[in-house]
This record gives sequence, C-alpha cells and structure tokens, in this order.
Amino acid sequence: MSLEVMKKGLLATVQDTGRKGYGKFGISCSGVMDTYAYRLANWLVGNKGDEAVLEITWSGFAVRFLQDAWVSITGADLAPECEGISVPMWRPIFFLEGSELVFKYPRSGCRSYLSILGGIDVPEVMGSRSTYLRAGIGGFNGRALQTGDTIPIVKKAPYDFPKRRSDDRPFRAVLWSAAPASTYGRADTLLRVTRGRQYEDFRNEAIERFFDDEYMVKAESDRMGYRLSGPPLTLESPKEYISEGVTAGTIQVPADGQPIILMADRQTLGGYPKIAQVASVDIPWVAQLPPGSRIRFQEISPYESERLFLEQERKMKLLKRMIDYRIKEEFNAADRPEL
Amino acid sequence: MKQLIMKPLGDSALLIQFGERIGEDVNAKVQAAASYLDQHPFTGYVECIPSFTTLTVYYDLLKLGRPPGSGTASEYVCSIVTGLLQDMESISFSARKIVEIPVCYGGEYGPDLAYVAEINGRSEQDVVKIHTGQEFLIYALGFAPGFPYLGGVPESIAAPRKKTPRLSIPAGSVGIAGTQTGIYPLQTPGGWQIIGRTPLAIFQPEHHPPVLLESGQMIRFKSISSDEYDRLAGERK
Repeated sequence: MSLEVMKKGLLATVQDTGRKGYGKFGISCSGVMDTYAYRLANWLVGNKGDEAVLEITWSGFAVRFLQDAWVSITGADLAPECEGISVPMWRPIFFLEGSELVFKYPRSGCRSYLSILGGIDVPEVMGSRSTYLRAGIGGFNGRALQTGDTIPIVKKAPYDFPKRRSDDRPFRAVLWSAAPASTYGRADTLLRVTRGRQYEDFRNEAIERFFDDEYMVKAESDRMGYRLSGPPLTLESPKEYISEGVTAGTIQVPADGQPIILMADRQTLGGYPKIAQVASVDIPWVAQLPPGSRIRFQEISPYESERLFLEQERKMKLLKRMIDYRIKEEFNAADRPEL
Repeated sequence: MKQLIMKPLGDSALLIQFGERIGEDVNAKVQAAASYLDQHPFTGYVECIPSFTTLTVYYDLLKLGRPPGSGTASEYVCSIVTGLLQDMESISFSARKIVEIPVCYGGEYGPDLAYVAEINGRSEQDVVKIHTGQEFLIYALGFAPGFPYLGGVPESIAAPRKKTPRLSIPAGSVGIAGTQTGIYPLQTPGGWQIIGRTPLAIFQPEHHPPVLLESGQMIRFKSISSDEYDRLAGERK
C-alpha cells in the first residue's frame, strides 16, 4: 500500500499532531499548521483524527495512487485535478489504482491536506510521525517529499470501504461535503489576540498602530513563523529580554519592530518581547495566509479566547458526529465500532 | 516558593517566573519545579519547558476537567500549579550532575582557536586551559535539539561572532560567541568562533532521552588529542 510522488512541488511533508513532551530538550513541536483542516481530512475518510497526512504547500505537487484508495482533500484550494477533471474537496473520494492527483495552483489559502484511509505509515520518532525539517527527523526520512518517493500507507485500515468502480472516471466523490464557510482561507483576515507578556513594555503609539493598522504577510514566512510588515512596533525603552518558553501563535517583536507569529516549527524558547498571542481558534487561519495577505488584530480577553476555543470544539464534535453518520450511511459499514 | 509571578501564555499555557535575574539559585528552582511537574502531572498537563528564570507549563484546555465556576482555565491551572509547588519539598541546590565533554581543540576541529587566542592576547594553550578550567551550568536547552545555554565564559577568552557566518558547521563543534559558549547539536550554518569539536552526539534522536545533556546539569570540557577523538568517534559507530 503506497503513494508515489510524481512532482515534489514547493513543499510537501508528512505531518500529524506534532511532538509533545520534548520541548524541554529543545525539540520543536512540528505537526500540521492548520489543525482544523487536518482533523476534518482524517474524519472524512473515517480515520480517528490523529493519523499522519500529507501537508501540501502552494502548488505543483502531484501524487499517484499505487492501489485503489479512499482519500480526502481539505484546507487550501490548490486546484486539485485528476486526468484534467477537477477534484472536489472536503469529502471522501475513491481513487482508482494508477490515477494521478495534481495540485495545480493556489485558488485560496496556502496549505492543503491529503488524508488517506489508515494514514501515512512512517515510523514514529519521539511519539510523532511529523517531519521536523530542521533536525532532519520524523516524517518521510526526516525530509520534505521528493519526486520519486514511495510513501507507505498503513496496511490495516480500521475497516474497508466498498470500492467504487466506474467506467468513465478515475475517481468517485460522494455528493455531500463538510466544506466550511466561504470565508475560509480568505486573504484579509481579522485575527483575535490576547495581550502578550511584554505588552506593557511597548509604547502607547505602537499598541495603537498594532490594533488600528494593517500588517502584511511577507514572502519569508514559513512553517517556523509568519513574518509581517507594517508600522514598526517600538518599545518604551530598549531592553534585553531573557529567553523563555513560547507557543504557537505567540507574536514576537525583534529589534526591527516587525512582528513574527510563531507557528508549528517554532523554536521552543524565544528571546524577543511578546506583544500579543493569537487565540488558538484563529491559528489555523494564520496557516492559510499566503504571502501578501493583509491582516488586522483585535484584542479579546483571555476568557473570551478560551470560550471561543471551547465553543469551536463543541461544534467540531457535532461535525464529527455528522460526518461519521454520513460515512456510515454512505458505505453501510454497520459493523464499524467507532461509528 | 513565595511570590511567583504567573501569567497566561495564550489560552493553553501558563508562564511562571521564579526570579528577575539570571542566577544559579533561581534556575535551580525552575529545574526543580519542572521535574516535580513532570513527576506529578495534573489532569490535562501536556509538558513544561524550563528556561533561565521561567517555567512554561502547557496544558490541554479540553482535558482539564475543571469544576464549573472555577474561573478561566488559566486561573484554574494557576491554582493547581501553586498547590503542587507548595507540596514540593525543599529544593535541593546540591548534587548537580557534572557531565564531562571531551573536546579536541584547535586544528581542523577548531579553526578559530588561533583567532580567539590572538584577540585576547593569549596563547592557544591558555585559551584551552581557561575553557576547560571551570564548570558551566546548563540553564536551558533550546535554539536547536539539545543545544545547551551555558553560563558565562570568562572575559579573558570572549570573542565576537564572525561577521559572515559559516554556511556549515559540523555537529559537535564547540564555539564561543561573546561571553557564551556552546556545542552545535546539528550540522547548521553558524557565526560562532569554533575552537574545537566533541566526538559525543549531543542530539541522539534514537535514544531516550534524545539529547546527551539536560538543563540543570553542569558540564566541564576536557581537552583530548585527535587520536583520542578518532577513538571515541569510532566507538560511537
């Protein structure tokens, strides 16, 4: 059971929920950038939700299925195509052996997720299958996927979906979808943030501009961090800070005053002052911002940040139940215990 | 455990500050609290990351299982952690493990030893003597897997970073930058002045723990010959 990489594209890696518990050793978390799209991708093929998937960035990636496969594509719309036919997203799709899936160009968003029934089968390193590019560990041989790679798939899927063969098409998609609201992956986004630990150290004008003006995503943004450009954020008085633990969504401001939002491949410690922290619910949105996107920040209370997260999780739980139900209905897999 | 400052780091982490300044006593408290939390995890605890003066505690908002009406999750975690740290018995300041790091100084392994000696008006032997003449506390691991942030290098062998960083520095390289010294765990680009190399693997992803050094330990560098280096490097294989 495997997939063959036909074209490596800009950047494609194997990722899961990331490496937890190794931060004290200086080991980055890694894992998927957009946890929302990732979980849906897994649920839509009947996986538990924490299986390894492919994270495909921007454009040019192509993969061939070396056997029949149930897959799902979520996240950014990178114009997926199979033999010239547009492939729908956010739903289960059955691909016939030998068919080739191409991610042509970005229509909206930045990162697509390709899940497969059973998950990508690479060895766990420190409890995770995520690729940690900088350290060269995890994922597929510790590196980004290259043209010609054969990526193994977990052989024993939790159950078998019936095959959907048809004479005229290389794939068959179900008619329903779990597509999110149309605002998903939009390039102008309002990010909700709470105050960072050194918020008070910034000048009042800097704080005002941070919340009133727009910031643009720079091309140097990557899995480590999103670099922004906009009105410089200056401190009341320059100061040396002692490095301390950071997390996904931490907004650090180096000496040039241009903020950086830390993401999945961030280092464990950061030594720059932290002006704000992106609410957990909004981090998947950051992950889908292509360079040139414009963003604004809105302050919310820590309580509100928690409430938004818990509310979203309640909705996700409902969504999972609905997806499970539709899958069961679709495939009549009544004996599947998780459903 | 009085007067700890606790601040939320977003909605899924809490930062605890044990002191204002970098010092061995403050860091000892950080390290003690880190191991205590790892040994006594609360429901929903994910991990903690110790640094120079702070400990950041990461939790899973969905798994906290806090009672209704207990305020925000970060307030709840604050109270749990405060309770746990009060339970923590007296903190041991002694019995720090000392790890000896064999280093082959100068030559092909330490191309900048001559430069560090020259700008300090000393001989290369002097630099090695000073570098191996004291123990360094590992305040934290960070920047790269297993990279130790060490206590101060004596001014007498301090050296500025290279103006143009090298494109590739081999793993195990021992460098000086300002009054900092450290060991490169991975082959990376870097601007430190490289004075030697250790044959030991600092980052060993296939082992547990995956790193040779841990924060809170002391290290002492030991000068070895290139023959010894080859022998130790050979043992690794």
